[in-house]
Amino acid sequence: MIIKQWLNSGSPWIWLNAAAVSTCLILVLGILGLVAVRGLGHYWPSDVAQIQYREKDGTQQVITGEITDHNEISAARAKDAGYLDADIGSNTTVEQVLLKIGNRDVGGMDFRWILTNNIQQSSYPEQLVVLERREWGNFYGSLLAVKSGGKNIAQGADAWVVAQQRIAAALEIHDDIKQLEKKQIGAVNYALDRLRLKQRKLELQKAWTDTAKQAVATEKAAYQVDYKRYQEQLKSLYAKANQESLVIKTGDGIERDIPIGKIVKAYQPNGMGIFTKIGHYFGKLGEFLSEDPREANTEGGIFPAIFGTVLMVMLMAVIVTPFGVIAAVYLREYAKQGFTTRLIRIAVNNLAGVPSIVYGVFGLGFFVYILGGKIDHLFYPESAPAPVFGTPGLMWASITLALLTLPVVIVATEEGLSRIPKSIREGSLALGATKFETLWLTVLPMASPAMMTGLILAVARAAGEVAPLMLVGVVKLAPTLPLDGNFPFLHLDRKFMHLGFHIYDVGFQSPNVEAARPIVYATSLLLVTVIVGLNLTAVTIRNHLREKYRALEG
Amino acid sequence: MSEIIANKTPNPNSALHTASASYYQRWRLIKDLIARYGILIGGWGVIVAIVLIFFYLLYVVVPLFIPASAKSVAEYQMPAKEKGKTLLLAIEEQNEVAVRFTDQAQAVFFNAHTGDPVHTEALKIPAGLQVSSFSPESNGEGVVAYGLNNGRVLVAKYSYRVTYPKDVRVITPVITYPLGEQPLTLDSEGGALQMLALQVEENNATLVAKTATHKLKLLSIHQEKALFGEATVQSTEATLELVADKVGFMLIDKEQRYLYVVGVDGSLSLYDISDKSAPILKQQLAVLSAGQQVSSMDFVNGGLSLLIADSTGLVAQWSVVRDAQNNPGMQKIRSFKVSDDPLMKVSAEQRRKGFLTVDKQGVVGAYNTTAERELLKLPAAENLPEAFALSPRANAFLLQSANGAINFWQVSNEHPEVSMKSLWGKVWYESYPKPAYIWQSSSSSNDFEPKYSLTPLVFGTLKAAFYAMLFAVPLSLMGAIYAAYFMAPSMRSLVKPTIELMGALPTVILGFLAGLWLAPFLEENLLGVFIMLIMLPIAVLGFGLIGQFLPKTLRLKVPDGMEAMLLIPVIIGVSWLAFAISPMLEALFFQGDLRVWMKTTLDIDYDQRNSLVVGIAMGFAVVPSIFTIAEDAIFSVPKHLTVGSLALGATPWQTLMKVVLLTASPGIFSAIMIGLGRAIGETMIVLMATGNTPVMDFSVFQGMRTLAANVAVEMPESEVDSTHYRVLFLAALVLFLFTFVFNTLAELIRQHLREKYSSL
Repeated sequence: MIIKQWLNSGSPWIWLNAAAVSTCLILVLGILGLVAVRGLGHYWPSDVAQIQYREKDGTQQVITGEITDHNEISAARAKDAGYLDADIGSNTTVEQVLLKIGNRDVGGMDFRWILTNNIQQSSYPEQLVVLERREWGNFYGSLLAVKSGGKNIAQGADAWVVAQQRIAAALEIHDDIKQLEKKQIGAVNYALDRLRLKQRKLELQKAWTDTAKQAVATEKAAYQVDYKRYQEQLKSLYAKANQESLVIKTGDGIERDIPIGKIVKAYQPNGMGIFTKIGHYFGKLGEFLSEDPREANTEGGIFPAIFGTVLMVMLMAVIVTPFGVIAAVYLREYAKQGFTTRLIRIAVNNLAGVPSIVYGVFGLGFFVYILGGKIDHLFYPESAPAPVFGTPGLMWASITLALLTLPVVIVATEEGLSRIPKSIREGSLALGATKFETLWLTVLPMASPAMMTGLILAVARAAGEVAPLMLVGVVKLAPTLPLDGNFPFLHLDRKFMHLGFHIYDVGFQSPNVEAARPIVYATSLLLVTVIVGLNLTAVTIRNHLREKYRALEG
Repeated sequence: MSEIIANKTPNPNSALHTASASYYQRWRLIKDLIARYGILIGGWGVIVAIVLIFFYLLYVVVPLFIPASAKSVAEYQMPAKEKGKTLLLAIEEQNEVAVRFTDQAQAVFFNAHTGDPVHTEALKIPAGLQVSSFSPESNGEGVVAYGLNNGRVLVAKYSYRVTYPKDVRVITPVITYPLGEQPLTLDSEGGALQMLALQVEENNATLVAKTATHKLKLLSIHQEKALFGEATVQSTEATLELVADKVGFMLIDKEQRYLYVVGVDGSLSLYDISDKSAPILKQQLAVLSAGQQVSSMDFVNGGLSLLIADSTGLVAQWSVVRDAQNNPGMQKIRSFKVSDDPLMKVSAEQRRKGFLTVDKQGVVGAYNTTAERELLKLPAAENLPEAFALSPRANAFLLQSANGAINFWQVSNEHPEVSMKSLWGKVWYESYPKPAYIWQSSSSSNDFEPKYSLTPLVFGTLKAAFYAMLFAVPLSLMGAIYAAYFMAPSMRSLVKPTIELMGALPTVILGFLAGLWLAPFLEENLLGVFIMLIMLPIAVLGFGLIGQFLPKTLRLKVPDGMEAMLLIPVIIGVSWLAFAISPMLEALFFQGDLRVWMKTTLDIDYDQRNSLVVGIAMGFAVVPSIFTIAEDAIFSVPKHLTVGSLALGATPWQTLMKVVLLTASPGIFSAIMIGLGRAIGETMIVLMATGNTPVMDFSVFQGMRTLAANVAVEMPESEVDSTHYRVLFLAALVLFLFTFVFNTLAELIRQHLREKYSSL
């Protein structure tokens, strides 16, 4: 009886509808949680296990590595995959763990699934060392000795202390090398390139006279002297860096010499206390945000990507705001509501709905090839056939994204304008102000939070957009930042790195996806945080604004 | 500044003040005017932008469909007439120098624009011997062979050396003898060679000749050049049985694997000569109907299919196609009705799958085999044509008439590969067993036949959108109904921004999670997902029903419109349960592995990155678009309608179904349209969550390639203004039009709805 009544009341449908909302909420929060946990967890220095493992063929082996994942699979599937040997009785599932075993130069792979059933014994010896290297990924093992110029300088218990000092010294040398290569030598190269272009330009203008020749030659000579000097310095630094090495023994007894110059960091996670671990964690986090990527982007930091994203988005904001606001003002304040405004609104909505990749195609064809080609032809004939603006770059990316986010700004600004009570405009006009003065001095200032909202939403959208950028200027690895110390400082023609593209590239185009995964999660987390933060700010401003106008209306 | 100060200073008697004041007033008005026009321009700029995008895309796409054109550049008398009749006319790549080989074994090189002789060279035919036959190699490498009356053959190669003295291009013709300056013996009996076919490559050469005794002699030469030292030469001879009585044409394919012998009456014999010492007659068939004659023959670029022109003006493309048993056999792929007059010559382009024809009236036609498209047809000569030369880049041709005049034409034929049929229809590509829809735009080889069928991409796009909508529409519409109509306001103010936030999540992150987390997860827990799908509604309904039996005091404690809150733990719990019991059920019913079971019992292949993954991930991206608009539409249904309905005794659910949804239905429709538009254009998710293989398969466990992903993948690598580039623009235009239609429709409906509400 109750059931029938319940069914007739439509209540089941209400429950199902409610379930849809709950599902959406769970999905959103679940995704955010997943990204947060995976993204934040990676830099925690987890303990390194030393595992006695029975291989499929019955041999015993010692495996060292960090446990990064575990799951349960059905026995049938494990058998199909070929790594189930022994009879596991009535169990239908087997448990397996994913070990990050590192030592890619020794074993060839840095990850391995092993079955928990076959683990004979596992321990966490304190002396196990993790070496983060510039090449070949992590190395796990125990430290035997420190060598300098082929001779042992420390052994046994001292070795660890000495190694730490030597690594710190080597890092300083490495920083010097980087500084020399990037700053000084980079500047010289840039200057030489400009000199070459200058010469070509003069030649094209038929002004390549003897005096000009001489001037260029002296300048060139001066730069070359600098270049030689830097080269010498570099050489000596490199010699110093490659002198020392660590002798490490892996779990299965192989000894390796690892040059200290190739080591980024060495630590003994099993011996760390909780506070050391926290310190280590934040150090790594800082490194992630501030360093350049290493090893085909799978290790190191993402600083260039952050920098590129921010710069591109800022340029875009500068372009999109005036246009968006003007269009919205036209729609709301100037145009007669009717066919025209209807048409424009349809156009705005269409702009918002056009797939982003179409913007990319348009940007590539129209901005890069047509406009860029024209600019090159007119202003940079000296660098032909190498394109300057006729190739994807920062400027075109910003303009393309500005076009893409234009509707966002228009819609938000229009909403803000529509909320301003008519009485305010009428009051201003009645006092003798012209329409423009009314707009400029009363309406726009009142609508500024709305514009701000629009701008923030546009920035959030642009920061997360990848598809069009793939066509108009993003690269997986940019050798130089688009902003540096060489005149004219902001290089709008350069290609840049981008967080969103970094995720795509590292996650899907990388040769070692398993090793790159943590970086992808961490990058995603950063991107999500930025975008969620921006959106929440926009929502807050919008709500605040609504309250304010409600007060005005009242 | 001074005006403003003057204005503010109360000094009514100053003349200066009034002057500056009126000046200031004027300036104010001017400013107002400037702003008015500035803003007007800005407003219209938005329309201009959308129109610009559309027309720019169109501007790039249109050249694809423009037919070819040709213009006559020069006409002159054939140079060095006294050196004999033209056997072969050819022109080099830059269209500057042409050559004619004569029946007196002379090579006459001449300027293609003026007809002035550049260089004339007599080929090294031993004294006292006569030319009895001649054949050029078919693939445009510039090799010719003269058969002699003593059973020997002389093989020569003409090439051009390009130099740039003083930055000016100079093209110098050169004649070499790749198989030696001494004629090779083909017929040891010493009779005159009546017909020749040859194929010469760097290391391998194959020559076939028809002898005076009606036999086919084959000579194959294999040269191996050691890094240091002498080349070793190895030659193989064989005799083939000749079936046709009157041989019209003989051709050897580029791989030197097949010999095609066609009788004048259209009887084709296909010889397998991959084993040079033991050639086999593979197939014999008639390629023409009775009474017709073969008038010309050539290989389509790549040597995989033959073009056979006949006396009725028909050109047929025949190709070696493997049948179901993997046996190769000749089949007619397609034919072109070129002219009503007999054809004189068919000449294939060297870099594309196209060909030109000349008929007896001197009418030249240009065609593309893949696109089955006639690109050009024009009378190029007034007299009976005698010789025809197509430039290697297919952008010029020479036509020699019977009266000795040579016409030089330039052809502009940029994009012959594309036609409505090749874009949308089934096309029978070379080496395919039957016509098919295929997208395969590029390959490393030059002989590649580009396959630009957009059908599989559109199919993939619609498939991805379909599965995404299947996920998103129920979820978002039901959610919107609940949020707009039943949900407690306090919760609504939290839920709405959260779901809007869902729309702000970058798609690259959704795509990455779909590809690297969801896809492997689904692969492992496929059964769990299905169980969850079944269990969730049951559990939700069960939970609601149980609530009905609870004591009223307890039930009333739960505030109205908070059902969604209560359900969150239920849903999480049930989902967990579903995944927890799935391995057990899998072991019980599916031998431990659902995927293997599907493969063996149902013959369903499972692709890790499949439509299911895309459907969920892209559905997730689409939910907020639909939710927001639908929720707005439902929420803004005027309150007096619902109140009236409730007052008349309808339950809330009845009111919703009969009044609210009905009124809001246009808004809901427009929400779905917008969601669909988004699903169709979404790039990153499909790029990352599918394998991006352009297959046409309805299975939910298979991947796809969408238009948008295809553009993203291939655009950076396509050459500007090439056919591929323009076809990708066409894909973008198709996307643009798709979404344009959906969005405009949605917006019109919304505007209409707004008016309706305001009148209610």
